[in-house]
Amino acid sequence: MNQPTKDSSYRAHDLIAEDIDAYLHQHQHKSLLRFITCGSVDDGKSTLIGRLLYDSKMIFEDQLAALEADSKRVGTQGQNIDFALLVDGLAAEREQGITIDVAYRFFATDRRKFIVADTPGHEQYTRNMVTGASTADLAVILIDARKGVLTQTRRHSYLAHLIGIRNIVLAVNKMDLIEYDREKYEAIVADYGSFAASIGITAFTPIPISGFLGDNVTTRSENMPWYTGLPLMEHLETVELDVTADQSKPFRLPVQWVCRPNLDFRGFAGQIATGRVRTGDAVRVLPSGRTSTVARIVTLDGDLAEACAGQSVMLTLDDEVDCSRGDVLSVANDPPEVANQFESTLVWMSDEELRPGRPYWMKIGTQFVSVQVHAPKYQVNVNTMEHLAAKTLGLNAIGVVTLTTDKPIVFEPYDANRDLGGFILIDKFTNGTVAAGMLHFALRRSQNVHWQALEITRDAHAEQKHQRPRLLWFTGLSGAGKSTIANLVEKRLHALGKHSFLLDGDNVRHGLNKDLGFTDADRVENIRRVGEVAKLMTDAGLIVLTAFISPFRAERQMVRDMLPPGEFVEIHIDTALAEAERRDVKGLYRKARAGQLKNFTGIDSPYEAPEHPEIRIDTAQMSPEQAAEHIVEHLLALEAQGAA
Amino acid sequence: MTALTHLQRLEAESIHILREVVAETDKPVMLYSVGKDSAVMLHLARKAFFPAPPPFPLLHVDTTWKFRAMYEMRERMAKESGMELLVHQNPEAKARGINPFDHGPLHTDMWKTEGLKQALDLHGFDAAFGGARRDEEKSRAKERIFSFRSANHRWDPKNQRPELWKLYNARKHKGETIRVFPISNWTELDIWQYIHLEQIPIVPLYMAAPRPTVWRDGLLLMVDDERFPLRPGEQPVMRSVRFRTLGCYPLTGAVESTASTLTEVIQETLLTTTSERQGRAIDHDQAASMEKKKQEGYF
Repeated sequence: MNQPTKDSSYRAHDLIAEDIDAYLHQHQHKSLLRFITCGSVDDGKSTLIGRLLYDSKMIFEDQLAALEADSKRVGTQGQNIDFALLVDGLAAEREQGITIDVAYRFFATDRRKFIVADTPGHEQYTRNMVTGASTADLAVILIDARKGVLTQTRRHSYLAHLIGIRNIVLAVNKMDLIEYDREKYEAIVADYGSFAASIGITAFTPIPISGFLGDNVTTRSENMPWYTGLPLMEHLETVELDVTADQSKPFRLPVQWVCRPNLDFRGFAGQIATGRVRTGDAVRVLPSGRTSTVARIVTLDGDLAEACAGQSVMLTLDDEVDCSRGDVLSVANDPPEVANQFESTLVWMSDEELRPGRPYWMKIGTQFVSVQVHAPKYQVNVNTMEHLAAKTLGLNAIGVVTLTTDKPIVFEPYDANRDLGGFILIDKFTNGTVAAGMLHFALRRSQNVHWQALEITRDAHAEQKHQRPRLLWFTGLSGAGKSTIANLVEKRLHALGKHSFLLDGDNVRHGLNKDLGFTDADRVENIRRVGEVAKLMTDAGLIVLTAFISPFRAERQMVRDMLPPGEFVEIHIDTALAEAERRDVKGLYRKARAGQLKNFTGIDSPYEAPEHPEIRIDTAQMSPEQAAEHIVEHLLALEAQGAA
Repeated sequence: MTALTHLQRLEAESIHILREVVAETDKPVMLYSVGKDSAVMLHLARKAFFPAPPPFPLLHVDTTWKFRAMYEMRERMAKESGMELLVHQNPEAKARGINPFDHGPLHTDMWKTEGLKQALDLHGFDAAFGGARRDEEKSRAKERIFSFRSANHRWDPKNQRPELWKLYNARKHKGETIRVFPISNWTELDIWQYIHLEQIPIVPLYMAAPRPTVWRDGLLLMVDDERFPLRPGEQPVMRSVRFRTLGCYPLTGAVESTASTLTEVIQETLLTTTSERQGRAIDHDQAASMEKKKQEGYF
């Protein structure tokens, strides 16, 4: 085993020893490169990262001693140092011998500081790679030289490209195991090149390496004189960063927090997403569109004249414009768009699959809104890049969807602005982060109308309310207690967070049905209209309660037939005629008996009691409160059945 | 065009995180351990909210066994920052006289782990900033910046929320709390460079000076006060020493050094060949010990 060479190109130690001030000055001006490594399970990622840490002298003696002991105990490299053990952090992974989560590592050379996201190659952990890639400037895609381009190589490349990484390194690893064979290497590079082009990757840097032995990692390999490019470390140190690109875009500052220490100061804090800002610049507050001028750029060390993308700043404005967390400050003459419906790519990250129509929380920049995701247009097969029809998205699935937010948001396409185009979805119940997404463009109004007609189904309405629509149809004699009990039921449902509406004689007879009297024909029409209204309301996802005498079985059956099976719940408020007449709350029985009211149910018009009501309430046995409790319990039991 | 340096990028990220927590949680607190990482975190907080003072208190979970110089620094920084300082000492540990000499791991468990849980519950804090860095230790390398704890303060490393871009999901259930690590992505060297650049005050113990010390169990310990029980034959010797990390003085090993200025300390740090936690007893217990402690609620 070749022990790692210590004669790397880093002369830092001499400078540290001789002139620490010069060294510090040099190192304060280092840039930062964040990158990810990705590859399949056995491609040697952890070994490579361990090697980079080791060769950049980030491994201390005590860690090395522990590493040597660990290598002998649990290592997979025999008596040799197992560099992978340096980076396989959690105890569970050590036992399994694979990394199972995103881990961040740090090392530095004279020229740059590096943050590495170590992302697993294991099939079910696509979400971890997307997570690691979201903050990366560069991706190192590892290939086992013996295996060539694999399905997972394609997936990782696709994901890196999807998340917007422009710098891609193809590290063909384990060259030592194919005798440093140039032809095999070039065949792999050509194979990868044609695949990369097919998904839109226009440039990548191939490097033949051995992470295990150190070939072309920090120093040029003597085993591959035919390779004329840079070793991996040198490439990472010198590759041009896209750091200035964001600064040349229009100014955008998502407002994070408003600072009001006293009445005279109002500062708007946030991290500049793109562009630059100077005092005196005209700015616009989105979504309101109001304009103002930058008065100061405030810092603890004194005011700044200007600030640029990437900096966390505090601005004050000349006017008292309304501006709070979630708003975006923008250059006045080139503001971002505001919209509420988008086409977007989603990466699903939760075990519980996407529920189209259900509202989720969406966090985009500092904006936090409720959003509905509609059934995917298609899912992308991340191995073949094929578009597949899909009704939903499961863990690690990637698809293109339409999103509708409950209020307009300030956004830019992800390609133009990661901060205003990248978002996460949060499950409202579990609070978990269930998806990451990238907005592409806003859908125009004409498309909205078309799409709404097709897509907002009654299931979508109900899903939004987290309930199954029902029609609780209270029937019984006048004075039986229908409205009283229905009212109590609705109060309880409301307290349970259910969305409901009560239709009764009071709010229907005076408006919708004021043209109707009490003849048998009008009674039928009355019930038909109530049924139709109730049906619309259940289509809207509501739990509807109706309190009408509704004396005829046929009309009740007619309404039952309007609704999907199970939604019509007939509740017979069963009170003896004598008892109802004794109560006579509205004095109607007295009038009817006196002949002043014609066609009064129970007196001169029949009441056809339900034969098989879902619920029967005997008001002689139950108080209205008990009756209401009984009905709510019945309803909850139905919900539980439906969910099971 | 001005390319930001790595320190400027780290600073901007940390400030973003600090502000995000203040905007999205009900009652945050900053855990202040008086060490250099805490010093940097506090400095970043003052920058993040200037001209307002940071809108949360400082909490020191005290073991009563810190170096005297740390207590002096604590009082000074509370005054300078204009922030409220809360000090919590676990009353049960106090009553039972738990100390690092007689009680071994129980000392850390009672004073720090239990003390922290007590203090968070007592004040009802729902988010606590901590100065942990990912480069310190392997289990930290995988911990999220927003790290959730159950109502029982337990960490579940297998059930962490993905953190993408700079979007942090701070939604939590009643009873859950969040530990937030704004300097996760800083390394020890970044910390030193930033202290140097920003002239951040730190406890003088980080700089070498003649101090009374004894060698014990492989650690060079400072006899900071009269509570230090000397074993037969032990005699404190004045040695020029400094500390790379600061904790309870009977548990924190010094290194022999003549680096008495900040730049000399940085110089020595850069040339050193052992990692900084090596001077701490807690990590040596067993493999993956920190991960276990964290699952149990240690910060």
